[in-house]
Amino acid sequence: MVSMNLIDDLIPPQWRGTYTLFKKELFRFWRVAFQTVASPVLTSLLYLLIFSHVLENHVQVYKGVPYKAFLIPGLIMMSLLQNAFANSSSSLVQSKIMGSIVFVLLTPLSYLQFFIAFLAAAIIRGFLVGISIYLVAIWFVDLTIVHPLWIFTFALLGSALLGTFGIIAGIWSDKFDQMAAFQNFVIMPLTFLSGVFYSIHSLPPFWQTVSKFNPFFYMIDGFRYGFFGQSDISPWLSLVVVFSFLLALAWAALKMLKSGYKLRG
Amino acid sequence: MTQMMADKVLAPAIKIERIHKRFGDLHALKGIDLTIQQGEFFGLLGPNGAGKSTLINILAGLLKPTHGKVSIMGHDVMDDYQAARLSLGVVPQELVFDPFFNVREMLRFQAGYFGRGRENDAWVDEVIENLGLTDKAHTNMRKLSGGMKRRALIAQALVHKPPVIVLDEPTAGVDVELRQMLWAFIKKLNADGHTIILTTHYLEEAETLCERVAMMKQGEIVALDTTANLLSKLPGKNLRLNLGEASLPPALLPMLKSGENGVYTLALTELNQVEFALSALREAKINVEDMQLIEADLEDVFMSLVGGKNGQYESN
Ligand SMILES: Nc1ncnc2c1ncn2[C@@H]1O[C@H](COP(=O)(O)OP(=O)(O)OP(=O)(O)O)[C@@H](O)[C@H]1O
Ligand SMILES: [Mg+2]
Repeated sequence: MVSMNLIDDLIPPQWRGTYTLFKKELFRFWRVAFQTVASPVLTSLLYLLIFSHVLENHVQVYKGVPYKAFLIPGLIMMSLLQNAFANSSSSLVQSKIMGSIVFVLLTPLSYLQFFIAFLAAAIIRGFLVGISIYLVAIWFVDLTIVHPLWIFTFALLGSALLGTFGIIAGIWSDKFDQMAAFQNFVIMPLTFLSGVFYSIHSLPPFWQTVSKFNPFFYMIDGFRYGFFGQSDISPWLSLVVVFSFLLALAWAALKMLKSGYKLRG
Repeated sequence: MTQMMADKVLAPAIKIERIHKRFGDLHALKGIDLTIQQGEFFGLLGPNGAGKSTLINILAGLLKPTHGKVSIMGHDVMDDYQAARLSLGVVPQELVFDPFFNVREMLRFQAGYFGRGRENDAWVDEVIENLGLTDKAHTNMRKLSGGMKRRALIAQALVHKPPVIVLDEPTAGVDVELRQMLWAFIKKLNADGHTIILTTHYLEEAETLCERVAMMKQGEIVALDTTANLLSKLPGKNLRLNLGEASLPPALLPMLKSGENGVYTLALTELNQVEFALSALREAKINVEDMQLIEADLEDVFMSLVGGKNGQYESN
């Protein structure tokens, strides 16, 4: 608590509102960390144990990279993305349903500040889950890190992209099951079909082409490049694609927030 | 002092100009004009569905007006929303709360959204104490009783010391103790210069607290005056009769305002109607056990203007 106060004092007054909302969003998921952090970590480890055990001797994707090692960056990124999405979307839907969203709407916080605070909290949750999985996984598997900066860049852009998508889904959804539909019919299929468990080079040409329309493919491929220095396509191309998607979604989210869509009648 | 600042000092606390609000086909507000000066204690009254909360939500920026302009302390709620919202504290009518935090945490967060830092904590504690929440400061919002949640909701509107405070039915569902505590606190805030706008269905509350009231009906203001003027406009008095077992003679039924358990209240427009009432009772050979002549109250004014025949209005 003392260290928290120290940080509080460092924040310039004009940023206090944004910072407070960010901090509240952090506390919100941290209070239920068992469900918001520990549980996705456990799920990923189960994937790791099962898939790596079943496929270890059948699949080799990149030269000199055991399948177990290949799998980990994909699983980290998958959880990071899902949790960034879950954080902003469920917080928004819940506070809309509870009505407590008014406490934020009554304040002088601008739509941009609102966006920044929710986004930053989503990114932190994504990172926290991602790093936890990494720290547990390296007990089981030898994992290289060739280009840490690429890892960081794709983790940041990916969590920002999904955090933004979560804001859009959270504003649009009036009920939990609508938000769950985003999760089950958009995010899950796209992550599973993005090359978490395989390289797209192992797919038939048609499915390779389809994968290239999936933004999740670029996030995971670029992220994986940071670990192995090998990837299906150039990380620079992935960077451009992911960044463009982020800009497009951020534009949409900000437009919704600015208009007060579903928030201010 | 610059001219601009001088204007703000003189600006009305709230200025509402030709506000219309439509929800689809429903014309919920039909051109409201209302100016409330700084330092007023103002009552906004009206039956369910009159449009009070809609008007408040427009002040708060939670709803956009279909037409018209609103400013708070001289700041337009749309064009200059940040300054407007810094000046305004709103207690919403619905009992909403954030289930993740305890009372003190939640209040500190709320102050933080308004840019207040730790220097504000003493004020937060003062609000907590004045609303009788000290024992509950560390209780999770979820675990509070309804009345305690209402207190926390009121506290939340006050954390940033807004010059204008709007309370949308703050006393719904709270016990007598809190009502007194709350009104003492709100009166103190008013005495310190805060402008208070209150909606309530307890008309006695409005009568004792508010210097001026507006009565709304179906999206329009049907009366706007000082409480004293409104009361004096209604020359009538009430005659309360206790008839024991007997029931009211039919001749007196047109004057009947309310009646239960043998106690009937008759509305009088002129004093000589007392004569008429008594003679009617004598003719019917009814023994009057007790009798009182009572001044008209705000409820009578309200009934005469808003027409409460359909029983929409409650009083306690
Ligand atoms: N979001 C909304 N969508 C559609 N209609 C609405 C909405 N909010 C309010 N209304 C309608 O507008 C009218 C005014 O409602 P409002 O809540 O302002 O009344 P009120 O005076 O506050 O009543 P009460 O005393 O019951 O709180 C009502 O007919 C209500 O049904
Ligand atoms: Mg209302």
